Amino acid sequence: MEWEIVIGIETHVQLSTESKIFSGASTDVGAPPNAHACEVDLALPGVLPVLNKDAVGKAIRFGVATQATINQRSIFARKNYFYPDLPKGYQISQMEIPIVEGGKLKFHVNKTERTVNLTRAHLEEDAGKSLHEDFIGMSGIDLNRAGTPLLEIVSEPEMRSSNEAVEYAKTLHALVRWIGICEGNMQEGNFRCDANVSVRRKGDEKLGTRREIKNLNSFKFLQQAIEYEASWQMEQIEDGLAIVQATVLFDPDSGETRLMRTKEDAHDYRYFPDPDLLPLVIDDEWLIRTRASLPELPESKAKRYQSELELNGPDVASLVSSLEAATYFEATLDQFDQKTIKPAAKLIANWMNGELTASLNRAQKDFTQCPINAETLSNLIKRILDNTLSTKLARLVFEELWSGNSSVDDIITEKGFKQMSDTGEIEAYVSQVIKENSQQVADFKAGKEKALNSLVGQVMKLTKGKANPTQVNDILKTKLS
Amino acid sequence: MLDKTVKELGDALQRKEFSSVELTRAFLDRSKTLNNEVNAFITFDEEQTLAQAKKADKILSTDNATALTGIPIAHKDIWCAKNWITTCGSRMLENFRSPYDAHIIKRFNEYGAVTLGKTNMDEFAMGSSNETSWFGNVKNPWDLNRVPGGSSGGSAAAVSAGMAPASTGTDTGGSIRQPAALCGISGLKPTYGLVSRYGMIAFASSLDQGGPMAKSAEDLAILLEAMVSFDAKDSTSLEKPTVNYSGGINRSMNGLRIGIPKEYFSDQTAPDVQKGVAEALKEYEKMGATLVDISLPTSPLSVAAYYVIAPAEASSNLSRFDGVRYGYRAPKYSDLNDMYAKTRAQGFGAEVKRRILIGTYVLSHGYYDAYYLKAQKVRRLISQDFAHAFKTCDVIMSPTTPSTAFQIGEKASDPVQMYLSDTFTIAANLAGLPAMSIPCGLDQNQLPIGLQLIGNYFDEAQMIAAAHQYQCVTDWHLKKPPLYGV
Amino acid sequence: MSLTKQDVKKAADLARIEITDQEAEDALDPLKKVFTLIEEMQQLNTENVEPMAHAQDISTRLRDDVVTEVDQRELLQASAPAIENGLFLVPKVIDQ
Repeated sequence: MEWEIVIGIETHVQLSTESKIFSGASTDVGAPPNAHACEVDLALPGVLPVLNKDAVGKAIRFGVATQATINQRSIFARKNYFYPDLPKGYQISQMEIPIVEGGKLKFHVNKTERTVNLTRAHLEEDAGKSLHEDFIGMSGIDLNRAGTPLLEIVSEPEMRSSNEAVEYAKTLHALVRWIGICEGNMQEGNFRCDANVSVRRKGDEKLGTRREIKNLNSFKFLQQAIEYEASWQMEQIEDGLAIVQATVLFDPDSGETRLMRTKEDAHDYRYFPDPDLLPLVIDDEWLIRTRASLPELPESKAKRYQSELELNGPDVASLVSSLEAATYFEATLDQFDQKTIKPAAKLIANWMNGELTASLNRAQKDFTQCPINAETLSNLIKRILDNTLSTKLARLVFEELWSGNSSVDDIITEKGFKQMSDTGEIEAYVSQVIKENSQQVADFKAGKEKALNSLVGQVMKLTKGKANPTQVNDILKTKLS
Repeated sequence: MLDKTVKELGDALQRKEFSSVELTRAFLDRSKTLNNEVNAFITFDEEQTLAQAKKADKILSTDNATALTGIPIAHKDIWCAKNWITTCGSRMLENFRSPYDAHIIKRFNEYGAVTLGKTNMDEFAMGSSNETSWFGNVKNPWDLNRVPGGSSGGSAAAVSAGMAPASTGTDTGGSIRQPAALCGISGLKPTYGLVSRYGMIAFASSLDQGGPMAKSAEDLAILLEAMVSFDAKDSTSLEKPTVNYSGGINRSMNGLRIGIPKEYFSDQTAPDVQKGVAEALKEYEKMGATLVDISLPTSPLSVAAYYVIAPAEASSNLSRFDGVRYGYRAPKYSDLNDMYAKTRAQGFGAEVKRRILIGTYVLSHGYYDAYYLKAQKVRRLISQDFAHAFKTCDVIMSPTTPSTAFQIGEKASDPVQMYLSDTFTIAANLAGLPAMSIPCGLDQNQLPIGLQLIGNYFDEAQMIAAAHQYQCVTDWHLKKPPLYGV
Repeated sequence: MSLTKQDVKKAADLARIEITDQEAEDALDPLKKVFTLIEEMQQLNTENVEPMAHAQDISTRLRDDVVTEVDQRELLQASAPAIENGLFLVPKVIDQ
């Protein structure tokens, strides 16, 4: 019988505020231990929390972006448990009434559109860190991270494969960066996933017992952990053993998950409304302002690019992979008129997804730091569209642009990159090639279409790439027919 | 000069009859001597105190002096004061030197007041007799074998014995009013949200409220003006227009409607207390006030609801005392959890542990609705009772406590008997209403009797005026205990 | 309800307070008395009553997102039981 994997994901998204969610301490990373832990973060006797307005604003942005319900009155609760990185002995979180409820996320898996419903998203505070090295038999506690605002986003258990889970997480990651609520640096723990995994026989209605894999901070680990966990569960059941609800950790070195705790020793968190914080009330005006300030979302942009610009799915997917990329794309596109906009769009997409992305990756930069600005790229595209530059020449121009030269036309003139467009001149090269390659000419005449490519290549070689390959093609065909 | 009220001291200091250093020195000397008997103070810090007095004298020579400049005030050891050992009456914080000032400490500093010392209290403000302090129980200056009440027992005893002209306290279920009543002084708990809780070590956050304790209602008004101030660091602090409490004390009592809740006048209350309160009410009638019968039908359940809500909040508030970042850590332990468990077992006293256990239990899985949620509903009904009552009266009066000061050890073995000594004071905390206690007589053992006044929200001025008018026509607040000043 | 010694021990464990069998036994009787007092609430019908969590029926105030705190590590750690290189030292933490 066939198995079905059921996955739900909880994501802890660090909100990119300047100060902490309940104190005025900095959220900057990289400070000496506890230098960014103020009296409130340390839970000194007598201190009290005051909620950061921007953290709330960012949660609202997320809710609006995912078409969720924003609860205009939400409640902060205390989640009580003892742990050295939790200074108050409780975490301020939201339980019964979170700020965001519902919502959905759309993404593609193997070119098929999937929609995953979101259960909720709530505000809470991050914990500090325990460091285990260098202290014999002891751990060192650094509370700089304690109090960093988190939005915990919980999905419904609607994913059915590790691929789906990864695409969900990638889409969510892109979205929170897109709407400017999270830096998205996964190495620094800005975006951490817990995966709830269970398995059942295909066709079963009842969900299997789930185990929760904690703290996955890369898409690769998310995929590996789910795959390992799912097959482990299948083996258990096939061996006649029951799955016990539990929390597990993924060990990237072994590629395995290991038990942290079972439900029996689960915590009794004793949630209750935090008496230090009054209900969080969000007025209509705040919601309206947020809706108006939200950038056009990737999904809408993608649809528009496909219908208005006739771009294909994969091209569009990478253009909307980040707000920076989409903004760069649109700024470049703005330089073209209605007549040339579609071919220009295709060329911009090709260049952005090809040379430009490759170069940016090599330089570890993003589109906002790109040394070639949108206008310059548009000038390059214009010279390709008017046949001044072949693709090959355009690449050479691009290299010049990348290294700091900013005028496309100056580069063409100075370096003599201008494409040959004089038909007579090209015809002369074509005739020479026909004369020197009698075998390929014979092959082509015998019906081997491929031979023509070789002949075109020869002409391009002779002209040092300056001939227009389409033109060469046409002339060759005429001469050989 | 040691017997003057805050009002009189302020005037004398401004007239340069004596300096703040002289005054402070005299109070320090008297307090240190008397403390051997009364144990009202946990900490003196002469150096810091006298430095403040010197600074105050400088201010007194300018035009910037306030009514409190140069006046030594004893602070309950629940308030964090920078560079002061701040213990909250617990072994857990025996060596905790606060790195910051509570909002009200800042305010008193801004007013130029001098911190005389930190007063003894029930551990983490959990108690009604001051017997739960790690630093030994406070004794009642009226009878050293009796309790001063709690939890602000040190603050009450200090004022009562003339060790300080005034003090601060905090009141979660009666912790200002009950000791004020038992020690024969005046004490006021403001409307919840008027006095910042920042820097006040939390017991039950939704009930805790700081307030002044002094010899007279007029002094309370002066102190309250310093204590009431909006604080952006306390989310529950309220932004309200400034009220001149001391300027409004000369109101006529003519036509004042005094609500008499029938639930607070029963035979459970000691006969002498009943008599004392009845006579006080007659005084008010003489001044032109009318008595109105009211009912607070849910109030008999206030103690029950309180002993769910307060321990629940406390169990969570006290989780931060874990031996990691400050405070006591057990000397020997096997691992992390053992360190927690031993630290907390050794660092907390019996009553604190009892309340943590109650709070943990009522919040734990399966019991939340039956206890915590139920108690919050009872709380709503109690608060609605008051709203209803204030439609027909301006101020509510009752005994502060069912009896006068009891013997040390008398109720220590039965927590419920102890809890019931706050039976008349708790409801005001649950509703968040302002309330106060003023002396209104002595019982047959020459022990003070307290009259409780409960005002409507933000109506402290009315309540203080009523108390002041009473003190203008009676002298109960001027009676001194046998131990006074000796 | 009847509170048991096990309930007491479980609550003590959740609250991280070491308690011996004898202590739990001794604690039981006074706690039962307290719960008898608390149980008085149950006689009251509270159907359709909105729970009251705060004295004032107002919403929470919000802070602007501004860094207001400076590094005061040395001062804030002055009362710490064990410190090394600015870190609070505790017995080895094992992931829970």
